[in-house]
Amino acid sequence: MGELNGPGTARNGGQEQRPIFQTTGLTKTYGSGAAAVHALRGVELEIPEGELVVLLGPSGSGKSTLLNILGGIDRASGGEAYFKGNELTAMKERALTAYRRRHVGFVFQFYNLMPSLTAAENVELVAEIAPDPMQAFDALKLVELEARADHFPAELSGGEQQRVAIARAIAKKPTVLFCDEPTGALDSETGVTVLKALQTLNEELGATTLIITHAAATGAIADRVIHFADGRIREVVKNAVKASASDISW
Amino acid sequence: MNVSGHMLSTLDKKLLRDLWRIKGQALAVILVIAAGIALQVMSHGMMRSLEETMRAYYERYRFADIYAPVKRAPAHVVSEIQALDGVSDAIGRITGGGLIELPEAETPVSAKIVSFDPDTFSPINGIYLAEGRMIDPTRRNEILLLRPFAEAHGLSPGDEISITVYGARYRFKISGLALSPEFVYAIPPGAFVSDPASYAIVWASNEAIEAAFDLDGAFNEFLLATARGANSQALIDELDRLLAPYGAIGAFSRADQTSNRYLVEELAQLNTMGRVMTPIFLGVAVFLMNIVITRLVETERDQIGIMKAFGYANHEVGAHYLKFVIVIALAGAVVGWGGGLWLGKLIAGIYQTYFHFPFLVFVAEFGTFAIALAVSGAAAALGAIAAVRSAIALSPAVAMRPPAPPKFARGRGFSGRIFNSVDQLSRMIFRRLAHQPFRAALTTFGIGAAMSLSVMMRFNVNATDYMLDVSFNIVDRSDIFVSFIEPLSQEAVFELGHIEGVTLVEPVRSSPVLFLNKRITQLGAITALSEQPVLNRVVDENLLPVTIRGEGIVLSRQLADLLAAPVGEMIRVELRDGRRPVLDVPVVGVVEALVGTPAYMPIDALNRRLKEPLRISGAYLKADPLKRASVYRELKSFPEIAGVSLQREAYKNFEKVIDEGPGTFRYIMTVFSIVIAVGVVYNSARIGFIERSHDLASLRVMGFTKTEAGYVLLGEIIALVIFALPIGSVLGFLIWSYLAGALSTELYQIPVIYREDGLGYAAMIVLLAATAASAYIQRDINRLDLVSALKTKE
Repeated sequence: MGELNGPGTARNGGQEQRPIFQTTGLTKTYGSGAAAVHALRGVELEIPEGELVVLLGPSGSGKSTLLNILGGIDRASGGEAYFKGNELTAMKERALTAYRRRHVGFVFQFYNLMPSLTAAENVELVAEIAPDPMQAFDALKLVELEARADHFPAELSGGEQQRVAIARAIAKKPTVLFCDEPTGALDSETGVTVLKALQTLNEELGATTLIITHAAATGAIADRVIHFADGRIREVVKNAVKASASDISW
Repeated sequence: MNVSGHMLSTLDKKLLRDLWRIKGQALAVILVIAAGIALQVMSHGMMRSLEETMRAYYERYRFADIYAPVKRAPAHVVSEIQALDGVSDAIGRITGGGLIELPEAETPVSAKIVSFDPDTFSPINGIYLAEGRMIDPTRRNEILLLRPFAEAHGLSPGDEISITVYGARYRFKISGLALSPEFVYAIPPGAFVSDPASYAIVWASNEAIEAAFDLDGAFNEFLLATARGANSQALIDELDRLLAPYGAIGAFSRADQTSNRYLVEELAQLNTMGRVMTPIFLGVAVFLMNIVITRLVETERDQIGIMKAFGYANHEVGAHYLKFVIVIALAGAVVGWGGGLWLGKLIAGIYQTYFHFPFLVFVAEFGTFAIALAVSGAAAALGAIAAVRSAIALSPAVAMRPPAPPKFARGRGFSGRIFNSVDQLSRMIFRRLAHQPFRAALTTFGIGAAMSLSVMMRFNVNATDYMLDVSFNIVDRSDIFVSFIEPLSQEAVFELGHIEGVTLVEPVRSSPVLFLNKRITQLGAITALSEQPVLNRVVDENLLPVTIRGEGIVLSRQLADLLAAPVGEMIRVELRDGRRPVLDVPVVGVVEALVGTPAYMPIDALNRRLKEPLRISGAYLKADPLKRASVYRELKSFPEIAGVSLQREAYKNFEKVIDEGPGTFRYIMTVFSIVIAVGVVYNSARIGFIERSHDLASLRVMGFTKTEAGYVLLGEIIALVIFALPIGSVLGFLIWSYLAGALSTELYQIPVIYREDGLGYAAMIVLLAATAASAYIQRDINRLDLVSALKTKE
């Protein structure tokens, strides 16, 4: 696959963005026959580069499945998904790994930090395989955790661990940042600090950011909110004005 | 738990399904247990089968309790012996050497000729007639031949052969093929190993051979059966006194009879092998069982909590996990027992080539199975006890919470500046190892144990190679050894030297003696050599030739130890030939000998002491390779020759025997070594994989390749394998040092030779096994479900 930077690598420069992701008729079915579960039932979507997008919807509505397919860790059953004009749904496993390695940052609900590495080392872990990473210290500074750089995950609170996970995800300067329930395991107050970090990073680094959440209030900080229900997009709402993460609560 | 109408309780169904889920790990444990059990069943069963066969054979064919060889004693001495206290029966017989001419053999084949009275009912040292018929005492030309020899040369009853005795040639007809408890292991004097083709036992009537040996109306050996409770040693002393006038060479008990000694030592070796090897396997099994069951209980914490919350009693939960252990132990015992039977039959087949019993059936009694079961159960239970207890101890509430994640904290291992240049994936490996040092140590030790088996086997090979090399290239550099029927004058040396093609002749004189020091006595022989021998040398521990000079005696280390006679000690030597002088000689040296318990003196000193002109009992020859055939032909016409052995043949024979016997065993041990290595590596890697699949999946999601994710897990295993290499080397060396000592006997010494190539070979085996097991786990890594990384842990 090589470089995925198709025509349109321009950073968000004010004019109408060409979509970084585009899907047509995307479906995903688990199992078969009577036991088949239709997680996605034909998703048509365009996400412009550089936006902060929040995906809302009840459990099982298909938002995680969509994120997984766009993140290159799951495969669609039908339809197409494009990243900057490159068809993700046609890529071989090796190409998907390279795609994740080069372009994608993940923030997990349960942080998924390597318990045997310190905060700084967890960040360096990803920096080591990136072509042009930022310094681990700088990444931790962005999430205001530079003072805890030498701590192991077991020595950090949940919110701190999630901020380390964010620092790890952004250290490679990803093109896109996927966050699956990043505040799901955190209390509201801590969750806000995490969202704040994500919002700041989106604005400062320009990485397209997709956040899955149950908390509807989170939608206020997004450029665009996609509502999911029953494997389909029910509604896409564009916010004319984005709220600051510190102004929301749930 | 009773569920009416169902054979299996719900818990038992869970048990079977759980077992199926961890089948790979369970199989690894089962195989390691099975290997240990198989070895135990094989060695113990083989030992019992040999012992039982030997006992029955000895009893039925009245294997003599005491042997009393003499030079010549009139027949009536038998009744004097029979009258001795403690003797229940005694017979006299004639034995001697002869040469059999076989058209296909380039040199004459040595034979031991034994007289036998076919009319005696149930004689001492009876004969098992395997084929044909008994000799007819009225026909003087009939003989019985040892069956394995006959088979090796395609001889059968009715065939005729020529036997040369004292230069006179006799024609005999084979009436039957036979076996005897006396020749279960038939080995000519001075040989390393038994070769059925190169040594014959011939039975003939007294009448048929007395003239040939010049023993008309006389015997040169008495066989005794002792009465129950008789004092053998007292009887032996009595016999020596009684037979002294007839040239007694020294009576000895069954324990010193050559064939019996080889057999008894083989039994001891089997016992040692079983005793040393089985615990290694079972020790590893204990460890594997421990990690498998501990892991199982950890992953089932919530299930244990639910069971307990629903009212299952602690003992029921404990019993459930104990059943796991029982199923695995039972499977290990059954597979091991079956494998042991199979191996036993295989080994019994090999034994039958060298130990000539009328029958040898490998029988593993039920007792061996019971032992196997008990041992297997004990090993498995020992491995599982801690885990089962922790399952019992878990309180339901605690059990339903996931275990705390591994706590890595600052200031504990692998940090700081030195560590800065190490990449993060490698850091994960080092920190894991430092975090669970006990488990890492156990795994390392398990792999080390696997390697030690291979190391041991390679050292065994090295020892054999060394023995071959020392014996045939350093000590004995001759081409041909000829032995004479009785000591000859120096003239024989000149005669041999005049044979066309013989380039060097080195005389040797071997005399039977009784060594005495303080109250210790030992039957043996003195080998008298020329002062600077070239063809047959005596060497010290550095393999440098030792000069035998002066009036003193040089003892092999084993003999010096037996007699408690260090250098400087004065020992008494009673010679049992010539004029039977008694000499007091100083021990002037102690040398290393691999075979037997030799003692050396200079040939002229011995002859001086014997007050005889230079006499020799044999000679080592070097021959022109191009003229060997004519040399052999010439030797055949030498009337005084009792035997001709070709070093080349002996070498080949030795190699062949090693390949078939110990060779098979080595092959089996190598397979077992692989089983352990694969078992340990697979289990460790598999458990590491299960514990860390979430981390590995996260790495994959973050864009790490399969190989990189594999490196984190398998790098840990590789590190442990590398740590295990020196442990396995040292362990193998220690076990082999112990085994070599335990397996060494008076018959031969097993040297401990350290050679790096042995370690290299063993390391290769372990690395290959570890690679295979790792490749299998890499498959699991390749199939990791990445979406699982996004879900909650476990």
